[in-house]
Amino acid sequence: MLVIHCPFCGPRNESEFINGGPAREKRADNPNAYADADWIDYLIEAPNPLGPVTEKWWHVMGCSMWFSIQRNTLTHEILDYANKTHD
Amino acid sequence: MQNYSVFSLARNALSNHQNWRQAWRSPPLKKHYDVLIIGAGGHGLATAYYLAKNHGIQNVAVLEKGWLGGGNIARNTVTIRSNYMRDESIPFYVKSLELYEKLSQELNYNLMYSKRGMIDVVQTYPKLRELKRRMLAMHLHGSTYEPIGVSELRRRISPLTGGDLESRLPIIGGMVHTDAAVCRHDAVAWGYARGADDRGVEIHQNTGVQKLLRGSDGSITGVVTDRGKITANKVALSVSGHTTTVAETIGLRLPLRTFNLTAFVSEPLKPLIDVIVNCPDLGVYLSQSDKGELVIGGAPDSGQSFRRDIKQNVFEESVRSMLELFPSFKRVKLLRQWGGALDIAHDATPIISKTDIPGLFVSAGWWGGFKAIPAGGLTLAHLIANNEQHPLSEPFSLKRFDHLDFVLEPATTAH
Amino acid sequence: MTSQLRRLASGGDIDRSKIIRYEFNGTRYQGYEGDTLASALIANGVSLTARSFKYHRPRGIMGAGSEEPASFVELLDDDASSSQPITTVLLREGLRAKSVSGWPSLKYDLLSINQLITRCIPAGFYYKTFKWPNWHFFEPSIRRIAGLANAPKQAPTKGQYESRNWFCDVLIIGAGPAGLTSALTAARSGARTILVDDGTNPGGGLLNRTDKVNDKNTSDWITSITDELDSLSNVLRLQESIAWAYREQNLVVVTERQPAAELLLQRTWRIRARQVILACGAIERTLVFANNDRPGVMLASAVQAYVNRYAVLPGKRAVIFTNNDSAYPVAVDMIAAGIEIASIIDSRTGPSNAMRELAGDIEILTNHIVASTLGRQRVRAVVVQSNETGNPRSIPCDLLCVSGGWNPTIHLFSQSRSTLRYNDDLAAFIPHEAVQACECVGAAAGEFELGQILADGIKVGARAASDCGFKRVETSVPSTASSAPYSIEPLWQVNSSETSANAFVDIQNDVTLNDVHLAIREGFGAIEHVKRYTTGGMGIDQGKTGGINIVGAVANRSNVALRDIGTTTYRSPFAPIEFGAIAGGRENSALLPYRHTPMTQWNKDFGATMYESGARWRRPGYYAKNGETFQETVNREALATRTNLAVYDGSPLGKFDICGPDATKLIDILYTNLFSNLKVGTGRYGMMLTEDGRILDDGVTVKLGENHYLMSTSTANAEVVHRHIQHFLQIERPKWNVWITPITTQWSNATVCGPNAREFLSRVESDIDFSADEFPFMAMREGTIEGIEARVFRVSFTGELSFEINVQSRFALKLWERLFELGEPLGLTPIGSEANHVLRVEKGFLSLGHEVDGTADPYDLGMSWIMSKKKVDYIGKRAVEIRRSVESPRRELVGLLTDDPSRLVTEGAPLTPSGRLEASEGFVTASVWSVASSRSVALALLTNGRSRIGQTAHIRLKGEIVPATITQPCFYDADSLRMKN
Repeated sequence: MLVIHCPFCGPRNESEFINGGPAREKRADNPNAYADADWIDYLIEAPNPLGPVTEKWWHVMGCSMWFSIQRNTLTHEILDYANKTHD
Repeated sequence: MQNYSVFSLARNALSNHQNWRQAWRSPPLKKHYDVLIIGAGGHGLATAYYLAKNHGIQNVAVLEKGWLGGGNIARNTVTIRSNYMRDESIPFYVKSLELYEKLSQELNYNLMYSKRGMIDVVQTYPKLRELKRRMLAMHLHGSTYEPIGVSELRRRISPLTGGDLESRLPIIGGMVHTDAAVCRHDAVAWGYARGADDRGVEIHQNTGVQKLLRGSDGSITGVVTDRGKITANKVALSVSGHTTTVAETIGLRLPLRTFNLTAFVSEPLKPLIDVIVNCPDLGVYLSQSDKGELVIGGAPDSGQSFRRDIKQNVFEESVRSMLELFPSFKRVKLLRQWGGALDIAHDATPIISKTDIPGLFVSAGWWGGFKAIPAGGLTLAHLIANNEQHPLSEPFSLKRFDHLDFVLEPATTAH
Repeated sequence: MTSQLRRLASGGDIDRSKIIRYEFNGTRYQGYEGDTLASALIANGVSLTARSFKYHRPRGIMGAGSEEPASFVELLDDDASSSQPITTVLLREGLRAKSVSGWPSLKYDLLSINQLITRCIPAGFYYKTFKWPNWHFFEPSIRRIAGLANAPKQAPTKGQYESRNWFCDVLIIGAGPAGLTSALTAARSGARTILVDDGTNPGGGLLNRTDKVNDKNTSDWITSITDELDSLSNVLRLQESIAWAYREQNLVVVTERQPAAELLLQRTWRIRARQVILACGAIERTLVFANNDRPGVMLASAVQAYVNRYAVLPGKRAVIFTNNDSAYPVAVDMIAAGIEIASIIDSRTGPSNAMRELAGDIEILTNHIVASTLGRQRVRAVVVQSNETGNPRSIPCDLLCVSGGWNPTIHLFSQSRSTLRYNDDLAAFIPHEAVQACECVGAAAGEFELGQILADGIKVGARAASDCGFKRVETSVPSTASSAPYSIEPLWQVNSSETSANAFVDIQNDVTLNDVHLAIREGFGAIEHVKRYTTGGMGIDQGKTGGINIVGAVANRSNVALRDIGTTTYRSPFAPIEFGAIAGGRENSALLPYRHTPMTQWNKDFGATMYESGARWRRPGYYAKNGETFQETVNREALATRTNLAVYDGSPLGKFDICGPDATKLIDILYTNLFSNLKVGTGRYGMMLTEDGRILDDGVTVKLGENHYLMSTSTANAEVVHRHIQHFLQIERPKWNVWITPITTQWSNATVCGPNAREFLSRVESDIDFSADEFPFMAMREGTIEGIEARVFRVSFTGELSFEINVQSRFALKLWERLFELGEPLGLTPIGSEANHVLRVEKGFLSLGHEVDGTADPYDLGMSWIMSKKKVDYIGKRAVEIRRSVESPRRELVGLLTDDPSRLVTEGAPLTPSGRLEASEGFVTASVWSVASSRSVALALLTNGRSRIGQTAHIRLKGEIVPATITQPCFYDADSLRMKN
């Protein structure tokens, strides 16, 4: 059970959050401009590193805000809160 | 191969068991093999066995980073079943069970295959509807699944005293899957390893693969290991959880993510439950081992993880779910718990496939592939030998992603 | 019954004035307060306390704490428990315990016959046998003889478990000398300090010894420290508490076994500490020689605990067998207690001079080993052998104390993912590098000299506090008699001609040296293979006393250094923990709390059978009336809706208030169909896809004002949709200016439907004009109904004229009751989800989980109109286009009419070509008795279904093929005139 620092609410137990998977590049404004294969890649392939991953969390039991953290997938250590919110 | 039987056991007892031979050799590592299999887990070893047995391909090496059978086959909950929903999945698992049932005899190794059946404890109507759909779909492919009433369910699982009408999720019925079985997980790895070794396959433990190699034409040429470079015509990847890690060394991306799934056992108890009990509405399942331990599986951690440990909150939820239905287990004690890193594909359906790299094959996304080992090995060996899919594994090809034709098997829960 | 003949007249930490009566295996005994079951049995001269797991060999008490490898009991009556180490059961009045093995009795165990065939059942023998006819044939009889205790028959009847989250600066595990001094130092600096100890009393190893600290008896010194700790408000002390898991982010899980609180069984603490100090001490190892498991063989440290702490005599004449110095002080204590020491067998070339001096005139046989023990159900003599000459000699005795050296208790350190290393001087694995904020100290760090342990405790306590930002406060190092440094020469197994068949490396699981050798011979030489092949180290004690002897045996046999073999993985829990304590207080309905609508009680009173309707909501399934069958109830409710007037509680539907300048843009990209041309005061049915082209949800969104919408979702998917929208808004389009408020529970509704709905509502006191012209289909009107402010939507999920009256939840019941008052004379019928299901199937409306099972897209469902051609982009558009860019047969939604109109088939039933047993070409998504058609009707997804309308499809059941005519997927009012009129 991690303690995750929500940038809005402060440190909270992991059970208040929902993991939203690894962060990706923003969804394109015009997906039609993508070749099929590229759009499929965007849809189905996600970073799966053994080590640090930047991932999204949703504070569902709190402020309902999404934010990102960097977490080591092997040790579960939270390495960075630099990319706090998405703006 | 040295024959194992009650007679050979008695004979060897006379010589104080001094004359048992190694179950597998430790041969010197060669520079080249026809086929390299990365990962001496259940799927890797089974694949090697069937390559040699069914296709006569014996110049095969299985490379293992740690010790043979030390991955998820060492840390699963030993459930073998075929109660799937989709036509794409059912025949594959039916075949797997069929192979499993004869495997102790075939491998001359007692896997302690115990066809004791599984009972699903159903607590919601949508789940009941889904399971009845599975029942009729399974019937098409010769697998059995039958509804039973609540009183019969309680009679067959005597400690199941929770879930009465007053409870949060009352039990409304059950389904019996008579083909389901448990077996000794380590023995599956050891049995296949011994069988493969006997047919000429080499198993190299403590031989970690650092990267895959490809030639100028883009096809696979071999691997670099801790013990040097090895060339091969074909390479197969069966390293559950770490598939993307190895594939990335050659720039191959796969629609897989790795999660941590946990299991735990109680102290050994006198016989208490003689079927596998699955509680899909609460996400917990258990069976009792021959030694008497309750072997319990729960929910996965929601975040990507390669850690072979357990998250406290995830673990507690699994325990609570169990106690909801088995309140008398409150006084039973946890003996040991552990986790494993499993990968799951974008559509929750396994991958047995060629890849974009000619000569490189992959078996992944099993999300708990213990039950699939014999059929997984059989079909991957077929694919490697013939360069085309076995009909049973055709739906598991990566090709399905070319047009987003997901299989979406809801029965892919991790046991 | 003569009582407690083996009890000393004085001494010990027991209260002789408090006699406790207890029962063991049916015999009644007495003990004193302060006893454990083990010490109380020793006091009564009971030495046979167990039978072994596999060979059913007689076993006795070997340890004095949770490391006990041999004797386990099951408690009876109110204490009912599964296996407990006999050494950890505190004696209490009326306690009844029985050993977990031995039938019909411990003394005459029928299965001790297994000892005769030991040779035929080596490690892994079952892999080689029982293959014919199959394992399952043998399994029941094998299972019956395996297992330890019976599981308790019921949950504890009195009391509860609970759990707590706690935070501190410095957490210290273990209240021995190192833990006490660390805790005191940290606490004096002001750090929030928690001291956890698994003993009944603090003191750890000191409790069993006779050292002096600061010239005080150890017990007085311990009290002086704990008194000071207890006087500080920043200190929490937990006794009888096991720290059993060390997780990520310095989370340590501790279970308090005997919390001093009424009706509290156990309490689990999830403690998150800034610094963790592991002062868990060390565990003595046993030695490996033939018959090292016979009752009367006991760890030297355990003997010391029994004589000093419990004042009981585990034997009268003892031999001590050691490879290190620590057994010598034990000999002194034993003599003081009146035990005769026949001899000290030291496998080393010699002990230190200090130890020789300590031993006085006890015979010391150096360079000797114990080759075997003799006796039947108790040691009668030991066979001693010189390493040089090999000549055996027998020494009569009734107690053999063994000390194979000490293992620092590194379990938690290793669980924290920190690394270990092998130390040659100590012949043990010790802490190496910590990867979390933790440090081992004292014996846990491999330091065995008391003075140094006390000094290290102060140093480490101060460092931990200062790392948390607290100022150092001087604590002086307590004085103690200096002792010689610990000296050991490893002895992983004795070299003897005695058979190693009975030399146990794992006492509990009956694993012998021979088993380890066999494993290596057969290729199972990796330490994890040895463990799994022999089951060594996998018992309840998890190999605490013998685990390293297995590593040693492998090292000896394979000629590999211990450091290169390493240990097997240390996993939680450190000691077995009750599942009830792990779950804490959250059980039953607290696990998944119900969600109720304001009408729940009314519904129940009216006879509703409540269903789980998704997202933990409870909704009426049907309202049975006296004498009705289920089908009759559903028919009555459905028919009332079709012919007259009905109402249902639609409150659980997900509801979101969406507003802001970019709200329209957001709605347009979320739904597949166009919303930007929607007029204020009207709503539209919309469909949402996931980005990879699967149907996510459907529902009606109403435009309340410019840039202001009310979106409704299916009940089950409300949270998923919320996540989907918030994710898109916050992560993909953070610059868009939209506010989303979930209002599912703030608004409740009563949906009035049926051909007489308008007529009925016109009788209700309201400022809303319900006439067809003024209130058209898909319109929204705000006003008051019976004095309650309401939003009324003219939407329909039944296919009938329908008004969804939404009010703030606090008024919902009042509205509902008023509607009934007015409607009952008109035949207003409350309907449940079963009737709703019939009505929507008749009409061919979709339901998630039925028609939408993940694979069908809107085109398959005959809804190409909902996939906007005007919008350049919406979520999932591209994915559906890609999937449809290749021609392949699709499963399409159709209706099915069974040839036999009375035949109602199972929902989910497959359709196969001509009904053959082969892969399906579709399945029945829903199947109901239609009140409108007076026959069964079904919906199905069928390959190329739309082009097959009019043809016959075959539903394949078990042993039966049901032919059905393929129709349009709508059986009632195809032009929807009834709901739109």
